[in-house]
Amino acid sequence: MSARLRGYALFAGVAALFLVVAPLALPAFRLDELAKYLCFAIAALGIGLAWGQGGMLTLGQGVFFGLGGYAMGMYLKLHDAGGDLPDFMVWSGVDKLPALWKPFGNPVFALAAVVVVPVVIATLLGVLVFRQRVRGAYFAILTQALAAAFVILLVGQQGLTGGTNGLTNFYDFFGQDPEADSTQRTTYFVTAIVLGVLYLLARQLVKSRFGRLLVAVRDGEDRVRFLGYNPATVKTITFAISAGMAGIAGALFVPVVGIISPSLLDVVPSLELVVAVAIGGRYTLAGAVLGAVAMNYAKTSFSEQWADGWLYLEGALFIGVMTLAPRGAVGVYEQVRDAIARRRKPVPAPPTASEVPA
Amino acid sequence: MSALLEIRGLEVVFDGFRALGGVDLTVEQGELRFLIGPNGAGKTTLIDVVTGLTRPASGTVRFAGTELGGLREHKIVRLGIGRTFQTSVVFEELTVVENLDLAAGFRRPLPTLLRQRRGVSDTVAAALDTIGLGDLADRPAGVLSHGQRQWLEIGMLIAQKPRLLLLDEPVAGMSRDERDRTGELLTEIARDHTVVVVEHDMEFLRRYASQVTVLHEGKVLVEGDVATVQADPRVQEVYLGRTKKEAA
Ligand SMILES: Nc1ncnc2c1ncn2[C@@H]1O[C@H](COP(=O)(O)OP(=O)(O)O)[C@@H](O)[C@H]1O
Ligand SMILES: [Mg+2]
Repeated sequence: MSARLRGYALFAGVAALFLVVAPLALPAFRLDELAKYLCFAIAALGIGLAWGQGGMLTLGQGVFFGLGGYAMGMYLKLHDAGGDLPDFMVWSGVDKLPALWKPFGNPVFALAAVVVVPVVIATLLGVLVFRQRVRGAYFAILTQALAAAFVILLVGQQGLTGGTNGLTNFYDFFGQDPEADSTQRTTYFVTAIVLGVLYLLARQLVKSRFGRLLVAVRDGEDRVRFLGYNPATVKTITFAISAGMAGIAGALFVPVVGIISPSLLDVVPSLELVVAVAIGGRYTLAGAVLGAVAMNYAKTSFSEQWADGWLYLEGALFIGVMTLAPRGAVGVYEQVRDAIARRRKPVPAPPTASEVPA
Repeated sequence: MSALLEIRGLEVVFDGFRALGGVDLTVEQGELRFLIGPNGAGKTTLIDVVTGLTRPASGTVRFAGTELGGLREHKIVRLGIGRTFQTSVVFEELTVVENLDLAAGFRRPLPTLLRQRRGVSDTVAAALDTIGLGDLADRPAGVLSHGQRQWLEIGMLIAQKPRLLLLDEPVAGMSRDERDRTGELLTEIARDHTVVVVEHDMEFLRRYASQVTVLHEGKVLVEGDVATVQADPRVQEVYLGRTKKEAA
């Protein structure tokens, strides 16, 4: 079987697992939990593109996740309020709907904003920083600072954003009761399908000429300029795509979990996403997705027993992976697979630089 | 008609150190020009200025009538100037063909880059053939030997279809055989390209050069054909004498 066919077969298998087996085997509330992991996986997919393929270590994906989440939350709040003010505004003493909120009463506008707002902000940021050749650790710190600033902004504007509590207490998701099993199943399916579609699109991107160019920018940005490309453009486009994915993830998160709040998109959750991608294997999109699902599952299971321990375990795992297996779980799998293949059918090892005849 | 490349009064200063002190250089369409000079003479700096990597303190660089001052690197490439680096840089994770395809592709509109590459374009096939790496076409560039990397870089340069090629020490660190092959490669490329080669190696120069410019301490010392340059006592003093001593 060719590698291509094997890839499709694997994808079909995983899709069947998530779309048929999991819904049959799991009770609705577990399915809802899985949906939450899949939301994170969507954001992780974006990190896989930006960081794994493009070398942009983005520590502030929470910002875009939050923008998507709040866009969705604002629509749901306005819908619930039915022409009145959303409940938290009444409690904060706001007496008139802020202008910023008005267009979000329209579901089409809100859904578009889920993608457009993160993409536009990431593009502006990209144009500013990548043109100035800000990269590496400087870029990472910048994005992290952005996440911190975003949280401060959200918490400070109580009347506009719901402050620390964020947006929650939703009563109606597009005509469905949020508590009903059927709603949870529906949101699960929507999330799983969105993840699958985005994965295929991202994979197509990676395989395209643009994807090759992106890897070249990651490995030799300065060299790429002398091939006639502007690396800032390549990076900005990729960063914007990853922001759009985080926005979609945040928007799906709201119906799945029923809340969007500053603590969900702060520095630590943003970092945890990156850690999950590193552990899964950042150089493949599958690794990013796998890492996000596995780490969030582990976090939930582990936290039920020993809440404080999780962060230590996560940190230790991260350090272990970065030092021992920088290509993550997928990298380990690939090594084992290649080793087995070599033992089964002894092919000459690929020649190293010094062995290749001139 | 004006020359393809015209450099006038070029000065480059690094932290008070004058790396180039008023260089004039003219390269005509179709020429194969060798640029030589001892280490630190400013050869690489000269190429860096032409390709937008280093900003000059003063002076002008005109390419095909266009003033290059202030243009960013990729814009200069798009005008038709290609270069290689002293230490070759190829993209190790990409295959040989992918490296070439990338180099050939900058004229493609961005949306078409979203498509997957199918097969090998004529430009890439021709470049692959010229550099003789056909057998390694689908291997990652990371497995190439030093010499092969240099060839791949030259291939990427050809695939860019530039009007002017600037090669910075393409045979440095190569074995004898590799040098010979590179020399042939250069001669072949020079048939239908304008080429400037920075080279250190005197023997290589004797075999493949015709027009030579000698740079010394940031200034043009002598310019002429190989025999004239070699016979010039100043050149022997600053350059040839030194290499002879080094070689001994
Ligand atoms: N970026 C830089 N900063 C400071 N000095 C530099 C820089 N680049 C080159 N130089 C100096 O300029 C001089 C010319 O260097 P270079 O052009 O690399 O010489 P060549 O290529 O002829 O050996 C050298 O003395 C070198 O040390
Ligand atoms: Mg040099």
